[in-house]
Amino acid sequence: MLKQIEGSYAVAEVVSQCRPNVISAYPITPQTHIVEGLADIVGAGRLDAEFVNVESEFSAASVVLGASAAGARAYTATTSQGLLLMSEVIYCIAGMRLPIVLTCANRAISAPLSIWNDQQDSMAVRDAGWIQLHAEDNQEASDLHIQAFKIAEQTFLPVMVCMDGFILTHAFEPVDIPEQKQVDDFLPAFKPRHIVDPRWPRGIGLFADPRFYMETRYILHRALEKSEETIKEVSSEFAKAFGRESGGFIKTYKLEEADVVVISMGSVVGTIKELIDQLEEEGKKVGLLQICSYRPFPRKAVYNALKDKMNIVVLEKCISLGRGGILASDVRWSFPRAEKKDRNISSFVAGLGGRNISTDDLRYMVEKVAKEPVEFEFLGLREELIAEKDM
Amino acid sequence: MKEQSKYLEGVDKKDLFSSGHRACGGCGQALAARLVADAAGENTIACVATGCLEVFSSPYPDPSWRIPFLHSLFENAAAVASGVDAAYKALKKGPVNIIAQGGDGSTADIGFQSISGMFERGHNVLYVCYDNEAYMNTGVQRSSFTPYGARTTTTPTGNTTRKKNMPMLAADHGISYVATATVDDFRDLQMKIRKALTIEGPKYIHILAPCPLGWGHHGELTVEICRLAKDTGLFPIYEIVDGKVTNVRKIPVKVPVEEYLKPQGRFKHLFKKGVPSKVVDEIQEIANQNIERFNL
Repeated sequence: MLKQIEGSYAVAEVVSQCRPNVISAYPITPQTHIVEGLADIVGAGRLDAEFVNVESEFSAASVVLGASAAGARAYTATTSQGLLLMSEVIYCIAGMRLPIVLTCANRAISAPLSIWNDQQDSMAVRDAGWIQLHAEDNQEASDLHIQAFKIAEQTFLPVMVCMDGFILTHAFEPVDIPEQKQVDDFLPAFKPRHIVDPRWPRGIGLFADPRFYMETRYILHRALEKSEETIKEVSSEFAKAFGRESGGFIKTYKLEEADVVVISMGSVVGTIKELIDQLEEEGKKVGLLQICSYRPFPRKAVYNALKDKMNIVVLEKCISLGRGGILASDVRWSFPRAEKKDRNISSFVAGLGGRNISTDDLRYMVEKVAKEPVEFEFLGLREELIAEKDM
Repeated sequence: MKEQSKYLEGVDKKDLFSSGHRACGGCGQALAARLVADAAGENTIACVATGCLEVFSSPYPDPSWRIPFLHSLFENAAAVASGVDAAYKALKKGPVNIIAQGGDGSTADIGFQSISGMFERGHNVLYVCYDNEAYMNTGVQRSSFTPYGARTTTTPTGNTTRKKNMPMLAADHGISYVATATVDDFRDLQMKIRKALTIEGPKYIHILAPCPLGWGHHGELTVEICRLAKDTGLFPIYEIVDGKVTNVRKIPVKVPVEEYLKPQGRFKHLFKKGVPSKVVDEIQEIANQNIERFNL
C-alpha cells in the first residue's frame, strides 16, 4: 500500500515485517526514528520481538551478535560515531558469519562534530566483511531491508543497508509498504547454521593460531565475492514478487549513448539523473552508473558496462584522507591496467558533512571533465574559508 | 587420601571443562572455571571474554568446553550474554543457564560498561569474574583490581591505588545476588554458583583466582594463598542477597598480612632484607578495615 511516510518509519515498518526476533539499538541522530518506530511497533504488540535498549552502540552490536549466535534473527541500526564505536564488533560479526542486518543512516564523522549526511561512516568499515548496499530513495531503502535479511541468511554474511542520513531518513515520500503476507512469502524463516545450544554443545568464536587464521579470511573474502550471485538473484526474485526493481549490483541511466559517465551511489543519483535529463535537452550525452552493492564491489559489472566509455567521473561523499577518492580507486581498479592509458577516470569528493550538492555543482563537474580529466577535486569548496597556513 | 575425599564431598565433577587445556600449573582461573562449569551443569551456555581463560581453553580445533561456548571480544561478554538471553526469550526456548565470564580486566576496566548495562536491564545472566588482580594474559599489567602495593609490569614500584570494589558496585545496581568466593573452598564456590542460578535476573560472583605467573608464588601454593587471603581479611567472603550482606565467613584465626604477602613475588619489594616497609602496615590497615566492616 502506498503511504506518505518518513523514510525512517518506512524502514521500521518493513523491518518489523521481516519479523526479527531481537532488536537492539542505541539512539543517535539521524538513525533515531528507525528504532523509535520499531520500539512503537513492538510496544503495540504488532511484532513479537525482544527490544533491548542498551547503554552504547558497542553493546547494541554485541547484543545482536549474541542473539544471532543463539539462533535469533537480529537487527540493529546506527550511524557515524555509533558505527565507529561498534566497529570492533562489526568485524567480529562478519568473522563469525552471523547474518545480522544493520541499517546505517549515513552521516559524517567527528571532528568537527557534524550530524549531517555523507558516507564516511560506512566507508570506515568497508573492509570488515559485510555486504554493503546503498539505497537511492526511500522505496529502495525499504525494499533493500527485505532483500537484506534474505541475502544475509542465504550467505551467512551480515548486510549493512546504507541510506543517506536526513536526505532519506527524514524525507517524506510515498513508499509502497508491502502486505505482511507478501513479505512472509518472500522471506522464509531463519534457519541458523551453528548456534549455542546445550543440546549440541559447540564453541563459537574460538581463537585461531597462524595455522588457521588466514584461511578464515580467504573463505570470508570468497564468500563475499560469491554473494554477488545471491544479491542479483534476490533482487530479481524481489522484482518478480513485488513488481518493482530494487537493489541488485549496479544500475545504469541513459548509459548507451553517453560521452561522459558519472558513477556514484546513494541518494545523490537522483540529482545526477535530473542533470542528465537537463543536459540531454541541450544535446549533451551524459549517463549514470549507480553502485548499488558497494561490498562486494561490482568490478566486473562496472567494467562490462563501461568498457567502451572513455570519459568517466566518480562522485562520492567520502574521502580517504591523505589518499583521495575511495570509490574512485575502486573504479580505477575495475579496468585492466593496459586499458587505463586512454581512459580518463576523474575523481570528485562532494557533500561532506551535509554540504548540499546542487545540479549546478554537478553541471560544473561534468562540463569540466568533458574538457579535461580531473585527478582529484573537492566539489563546492568554500575557498574563502581556507588559509594556506592551516594546511 | 581419606582427608582429600572428605574435602571433595558434595563437589560436582562432571568434566564439562575438560583437562588438556593450556593453562599454567596451579592456575586459579582454570580451577575456578572447571568448578563453575561443573556446578552449573550441562544446561549452560558460557559467554567468555577474551583473556587467559579464553586463550588457554578455546584454541581451534581443540577447545576444552563441553558446554556451548561463545566468545567474541574482550569487553562485551555481558552484552553478548544479554543477546543470548534476549534470543532465548524471543524464541521461547529454555530455561538455560547463561554465564558470562571474564577476568578482572574485562570486568573492572574495559568491560565495566557492558556489565553495568546487563545488570541494569535485568537480564537472566550470571556474571562470574575470575579475579587474578592484573592483566595476566598480556604479561602482568595493572588493572583496577590490582591490590595496593602489588608490583606489576606497569606498576614496577608497587601499585599506589586500592582495588575497585566490584561486588559492592554490582550490588548497588540493585541485583538480587552477589557473592565472593575463592578456589580453595570448592564446596562454597559451587554452592554459590548453584544458588545464583536458581535466581531469576542478573547475578554476580567474584572469585579470587591466584595466578602463579603474575603473583610469583609456587603453583602448588594457589589454594593456600587463597586461604591466607581470606584469613588475613584481605579478601572477605560474603553474599549480598537483595542488597543485604549475609553469610559472612568468619575468620577462625586471624593471620597478619605479612604471611599472605611473603610467599608472593609481586610483594617481594615490600620486604627489603626481610624488613617490612610501611606499605605492609598500610595493607594491614586495609585488612583491618575489612575485618571491621564485615565483622569477619
